[in-house]
Amino acid sequence: MIELKDVRKVFPARGRAGEVVAVDGVSLSVDRGEFAGVVGPSGSGKSTLVRLVNLLERPTSGSVTVDGRVLTELSGDEVRKARRSIGMVFQHFELLDSRTAAGNVEHPLELAGVGRAERRSRATELLDLVGLGDRADARPGQLSGGQKQRVAIARALAVRPSVLLCDEATSALDQASTAGVLELLRRVRDELGLTVLLITHEMAVVKAVCDSAVLLDRGRVVDSGRLTDVLTRERSPLGDALLPAPVADAGAGHGGALLRVTVTDRTPETLVLQTLIGDLGAAVEIAGGSVETVAGGRYGRLLLRVTGGAEGLDDAVQRLRTGGVLVERVTAGVAR
Amino acid sequence: MSDWNRIYPQLLDATWETLYMVGVSAVVTVLLGVPLGVLLTVTSPGGLAPRPMLNRALGLVVNLGRALPFIILLVLVAPVTRGIVGTTIGSTAAIVPLTIGAVPFLARLVETSLREVAGGKVEAALSMGARRRDVVRTVLLPESLPSLVAGVTVTVVALISYSAMAGAVGGGGLGDFAIRFGYQQFRTDITLATVVLLLVVVQALQWAGDRWARSLAHA
Repeated sequence: MIELKDVRKVFPARGRAGEVVAVDGVSLSVDRGEFAGVVGPSGSGKSTLVRLVNLLERPTSGSVTVDGRVLTELSGDEVRKARRSIGMVFQHFELLDSRTAAGNVEHPLELAGVGRAERRSRATELLDLVGLGDRADARPGQLSGGQKQRVAIARALAVRPSVLLCDEATSALDQASTAGVLELLRRVRDELGLTVLLITHEMAVVKAVCDSAVLLDRGRVVDSGRLTDVLTRERSPLGDALLPAPVADAGAGHGGALLRVTVTDRTPETLVLQTLIGDLGAAVEIAGGSVETVAGGRYGRLLLRVTGGAEGLDDAVQRLRTGGVLVERVTAGVAR
Repeated sequence: MSDWNRIYPQLLDATWETLYMVGVSAVVTVLLGVPLGVLLTVTSPGGLAPRPMLNRALGLVVNLGRALPFIILLVLVAPVTRGIVGTTIGSTAAIVPLTIGAVPFLARLVETSLREVAGGKVEAALSMGARRRDVVRTVLLPESLPSLVAGVTVTVVALISYSAMAGAVGGGGLGDFAIRFGYQQFRTDITLATVVLLLVVVQALQWAGDRWARSLAHA
């Protein structure tokens, strides 16, 4: 659906600043209907990356394919038309103050040459969809941040795109509005079968809505995959970012062996504790950890201090691993 | 003061001449100055259609127009005036230098107004598949309209001030009236009366312009 192949974007040197490699050989693919996230610290090239998808920025090299069309091979005019099937939502909404909420939603329809009557009814329909049917005549200045972003989402959906790009769509919003906007994005994805690529610096946003994610740092992909996979993959930077492993220091200096365990719905902590306490006869203390809901499933990272049953521990760890549980032994602060 | 009855009709004529010169040149200035301002904006580096050479050339012409003292411009463009109007004398002839003087002025104001439209709004329109001319038509101009109206108001007020010099080419108007009937005949009362009249016209214009701009601003 969205496919980037070895995409690079180099901004030429300007003034005293040398050239900047914003995106450095990124390949990624997002399936139809998938809700994908791109996370990374500021300056990691996220915003440039999302602009490469609809060619608001032309890649220096590499190819961009959306909906089976290789955008990087199209002429300027063809790219312009292709952009109609790619909606985009921005951090600062970018609504026109000279238009009402309905007028803003009608804007892309106007650009596409849709007639007045049809524009009207489509705008009404879309504002209803985003829960702002009663604010059609409001100016952006009269709307809250969350409401503005809802109007912007309605606008992005006006020409029935198959792809929706979100550039830090919730970064300018408070917590309650963020939750509302994320829920709306998830809902329109489900109802309209959209493919969504969301850029954010907040892991909480990824955890709340994404099926898969790409971790970007200094223009390069550090890690990527479906959330359910990276969380149970050993030493996945993305998994660690989503669900930070408890620090080993929390259990240092008390004797016993330290185990870092990832628990999931399929391999719950009861299974782990049964093996360690029931089978091995050891005493287990929870030295640290957290359990959260990610991508609709329950995931946890626990730091366990196991005392007693030392001779059988290696065996028990091996059995857990065979059973699909991610277990790491922590020695002197280092996980192994 | 007994001669006011004699002077009054001439004051009225002078007022109409000023309104005629300023009115026509204001309309032509808007018709030429706004597109020139748009061109200056979109051809600038980082603009919608960067054309560095064209931009520099336009910038030079505009700066030349603004740097020239109006009284010099008045004389310099006489051949152009003759070409367009057929004469270099009279109110209609004065419209040509007035317009040439005001177009660069307004163009710079328009450029400043358009630059203040957030780049993100332009980017949003481009992401919807807008052509460059769509961006100008549906984003840049409507979003900067309150500021454009304020710029036009300032330009019209400047035109009134310029038009006072039109007497030099026999253009008539209130400035010319104040010189001939007031200053040259040592009639301070007439000079003052004319100044008050000009002040009233400028105030009324500014008030109307401000109201209009405010009614357009929604942000």
